[in-house]
Amino acid sequence: MNRAENALYELNEMDELANGNSPVHRFSALAKLLVTVIYIAVTMSFDRYDLSGVLMMAVYPYVLFQLSGIPFRTCIYKMRYIIPLIAFVGIFNPLLDRTAFVTIGRVPLSYGWLSFAVLFAKGMLAISASFLLAATTRIDAVCAALRKLRMPAEIVTVILLMYRYVSVLVEEVGVMSNAYHLRAPGQKGIHYSAWGSFLGQLLLRSMDRAQELYASMLLRGYHGEFLYTAEAGMAGRDWMYLLTWTAVIALLRSVPVIQIIGNLFM
Amino acid sequence: MIEFRNVSFAYEKNRPVLSGISFHIDEGENVGLIGANGAGKSTVMKLLLGFLQGEGEILVHDIPVCKDTLAEIRKICGFVLQNSDDQMFMPTVLEDLMFGPVNYGMTKQQAERKADEVLAGLDIAYLKNRYNHRISGGEKRMAAVASVLAMEPEVLLMDEPTAALDPYNRRMIINTIRKLPQTKIITSHDLDMILDTCTRVILIGGGTVAADGPAEEILTNKKLLEAHRLELPLRFSGSSI
Ligand SMILES: Nc1ncnc2c1ncn2[C@@H]1O[C@H](COP(=O)(O)OP(=O)(O)OP(=O)(O)O)[C@@H](O)[C@H]1O
Ligand SMILES: [Mg+2]
Repeated sequence: MNRAENALYELNEMDELANGNSPVHRFSALAKLLVTVIYIAVTMSFDRYDLSGVLMMAVYPYVLFQLSGIPFRTCIYKMRYIIPLIAFVGIFNPLLDRTAFVTIGRVPLSYGWLSFAVLFAKGMLAISASFLLAATTRIDAVCAALRKLRMPAEIVTVILLMYRYVSVLVEEVGVMSNAYHLRAPGQKGIHYSAWGSFLGQLLLRSMDRAQELYASMLLRGYHGEFLYTAEAGMAGRDWMYLLTWTAVIALLRSVPVIQIIGNLFM
Repeated sequence: MIEFRNVSFAYEKNRPVLSGISFHIDEGENVGLIGANGAGKSTVMKLLLGFLQGEGEILVHDIPVCKDTLAEIRKICGFVLQNSDDQMFMPTVLEDLMFGPVNYGMTKQQAERKADEVLAGLDIAYLKNRYNHRISGGEKRMAAVASVLAMEPEVLLMDEPTAALDPYNRRMIINTIRKLPQTKIITSHDLDMILDTCTRVILIGGGTVAADGPAEEILTNKKLLEAHRLELPLRFSGSSI
């Protein structure tokens, strides 16, 4: 397997995770989608120095990892290419903002480092929440939920197709890079002189294949409407899920829980 | 039930692929569509399904193929693509089989029952809950055929159904095709398979119908086949090897 095939394999494994059967999987996609959106929005809204507040938000992913039986390290592994990017977003903060806010032993810790930590924590929490949604909810269920929320059919179709096309694209990269390396033995990566034609070819090939794929969807009656849109509604337990989490998230946002716990012991 | 009336088509101006194709296929017929690489076989199928628009008239059950009738036409004609990877786009075999029926209004339960029925009919019930990316090429081809049959088409179009299959799976597909009662149009370079599955052959060459007749007649006509860069089926080439 080359790297592209590996990536494809992992993508397919997300489908398998999403087809699991934990209590979390069984809640409606709509409820999970709404909770995820609320959670990410609220997490992002914390002050840039409020580390303890942001860290408390980890309650949500923690509980979901426990309930769904999906190991946290699976998330880390799947997101391993994204995590460095999150770190990169705040990497300059420590350089720009050097005022010390606390001194541990003799080492001063600056506000820059603090805001870096907050940014990184926010990013990790958002990624975990998105991962949990993807790993516990099938893509067509998510799409059906989006339709339920009145998202235009065209946009939802694009989302679904993007998800399907990514694998097509990755597969073509795999085939082409194999073909390239068979005729350029011992070369690492693809020589930059071939990038242009490689990309052009890749685009054409994936467009061809994407067209075939879309054709076969059309042939089986796809018309932009989702299979289970009708079933994408929420039953009593889904409302419970949504309301409970909304309440918990609101609580975590408005009450400085760590300080209260701290005060209890002081 | 299927009629091409003087159909012409060109992908690029001044390079016609088909120029004036006419034929008529009756209900229940099994027709092999043969011709050299690039002769235009796949193009004929795409025209029939309305993915391409050419000149002339194409009728399915007396319904002309055009924008407004596409849904109807595609309900009647099931198409097994040459590449099963492009055909199977849902995670599991079962979901793929249910996709079509549910789109045409079945409930989930009905669609699953339909899927069970089709899988059992093809002797591949064991594939039901398997993931599409974890089954072999032959199994995938069978599953692709199943996903089309689940739509209960009256006509089956198959583009190279035995390409890239090993002898065992090739035999499986041939036996399956022979058992299916639908009207069929099959393209292939595997002329032995065509002989096994079709009673009539249409040979496309030079943009037109170069020959149209009983399979045994055309597939034994060495001169005609060689003129179109084809060879006699193995069983007829006998002593010449
Ligand atoms: N998208 C396209 N754009 C331009 N020309 C095309 C396109 N698709 C096919 N052609 C040309 O049209 C002709 C017929 O192609 P078609 O795919 O129908 O052949 P075929 O008989 O199915 O061949 P094969 O046996 O190789 O599958 C070929 O000459 C091909 O080069
Ligand atoms: Mg072809």
